[in-house]
Amino acid sequence: MVDTGDTAWLLGSAALVMFMTPGLALFYGGMVRAKSVLNVMMLTFVCLAVVGVVWLLYGYSLAFGNDVMGGLIGNLRQAGLHGLADTTVGPEGHRVPLFAFAAFQLMFAVITVALLVGAVAERARFWPWLVFVVAWVTLVYVPLAHWVFAFDGFAGAGTVGGWIANRLHALDFAGGTVVEINSGAAALALAGVIGRREGWPRQPMRPHNLPFVMFGAGLLWFGWFGFNAGSALGASNLAATSFLNTTTAAATAVVGWLLVEQFRDGTPTTLGAASGAVAGLVGITPGCGYVEPLGAAVIGLAAGVVCSLAVGLKYRMGVDDSLDVLAVHGMGGLVGMLLIGLFATTGANAAGANGLLYGGGLDQLWRQAVAAAVALAYSLVVTLAVAWLVDRTLGLRASREAESEGIDEAEHAESAYELAIQPSRRTSIAGATTRTIEGSER
Amino acid sequence: MKLLTAVVRPHAVEEIRAALQALGVLGMTVTQAHGYGRQRGHTEVYRGAEYTVDFVPKARVEVLLDDDMVDRAVDAVLVACRTGRIGDGKVWVSSVDAVVRVRTGERGSDAL
Repeated sequence: MVDTGDTAWLLGSAALVMFMTPGLALFYGGMVRAKSVLNVMMLTFVCLAVVGVVWLLYGYSLAFGNDVMGGLIGNLRQAGLHGLADTTVGPEGHRVPLFAFAAFQLMFAVITVALLVGAVAERARFWPWLVFVVAWVTLVYVPLAHWVFAFDGFAGAGTVGGWIANRLHALDFAGGTVVEINSGAAALALAGVIGRREGWPRQPMRPHNLPFVMFGAGLLWFGWFGFNAGSALGASNLAATSFLNTTTAAATAVVGWLLVEQFRDGTPTTLGAASGAVAGLVGITPGCGYVEPLGAAVIGLAAGVVCSLAVGLKYRMGVDDSLDVLAVHGMGGLVGMLLIGLFATTGANAAGANGLLYGGGLDQLWRQAVAAAVALAYSLVVTLAVAWLVDRTLGLRASREAESEGIDEAEHAESAYELAIQPSRRTSIAGATTRTIEGSER
Repeated sequence: MKLLTAVVRPHAVEEIRAALQALGVLGMTVTQAHGYGRQRGHTEVYRGAEYTVDFVPKARVEVLLDDDMVDRAVDAVLVACRTGRIGDGKVWVSSVDAVVRVRTGERGSDAL
């Protein structure tokens, strides 16, 4: 028997998390140049389509099916999600439909791979990107989700889950490893493989629409309530704790990022405020269900400061991680995972642990560090291989001409804005066999 | 006939319009422009990375005038757009050989 309140909150949360992906499209779209905004939004948006299919066919089953060996990967018994409409998951008294859980987890997979668009912005070809998305979700996201999110006994009595959740006992409430450190490390690998944009970092590549960025960050903040508080998998005290912790950390992170800007650059910027909010949300993602609001405030502040300083790393490394996925998600996730080792308390969640500041010693801290390091290393290495293979075989990188003239035109035959008065040229109608060649009207 | 061209701060356009209308000038054309003069560009910072913006947003105002209106029009524009700080812009006047109103075919001063 399902719990109706828990089910309602989980379904609502899944919808909230879904909305983060178009929110991310705005956040990213505003940060690129006007000639690339459609491509960036398209690569992001299309993750909803592609990952939705992968998840149905085998992704959910591999991630959350009963473990086949050593807590590394699930089985394929639930491939196709066939015949499972009446199946429930979760602890007794708080059971929810498997389909609600599968839909909720799907949205996590979607947003995680969508985050990687920030590493290839303005220079990735569309179809090869789709192939990369399928391969990456399969080989990187799904195993990590199994390791961290699949708990013993959750999918049914006697079922076995992933090794990080059940053997290592690292705490990661909503995906500091699976989503954040993973996307950050993968972004570094991907940006390295696809190479720098023409002219980077000499040429200015200013964000073309900061209002987009701010509104996108607002949508992410909104959706993150589903992401974090939804990860309680029920309408509970724990969900409320996660909810409040989430908004608290975003708040302090905005302040932290802006203070860095004030001292370093002399002015607080809108891009900084938007970035700070996301950094705080990232930072509290793993700990939102394990710390008290005061702990969340410190974690958010730390994430805001560290992430804003970490943006400089890409210039040192010479890697064009164009929209700072490594700095914001990778470093934010790392800060969040490690600070659980300090701020976790069983006062916030009896199923959690006590960190260093709550008398738990260093025990939890090293478990957090191991989980973070494993996620980082696994993601970095496998993403390098996947990206290299796709680039070598299909060509992930757009041509130099396409890039300089604008990837929107080259890949999609569209432009986002009509900035100048253009002569209206006769064009073919869909299905017509003739096309007007430029100048042929003369 | 003369063409008065003024490249000025964008927010000065409304005052220029009001001043010229008060003189009896019947039309003008405004375009968005980018450029720099002695003020050079300025610096913007995005996520800590400094970008020099060489071309500053300006408005370009163009007005066709009868010869006897030119001095008063220039004075009016100067009063309207001068702040005394670097970046106020420039005004210049050039000769126009012919003007035709498209709708009626009127030429010269009649077309203004």
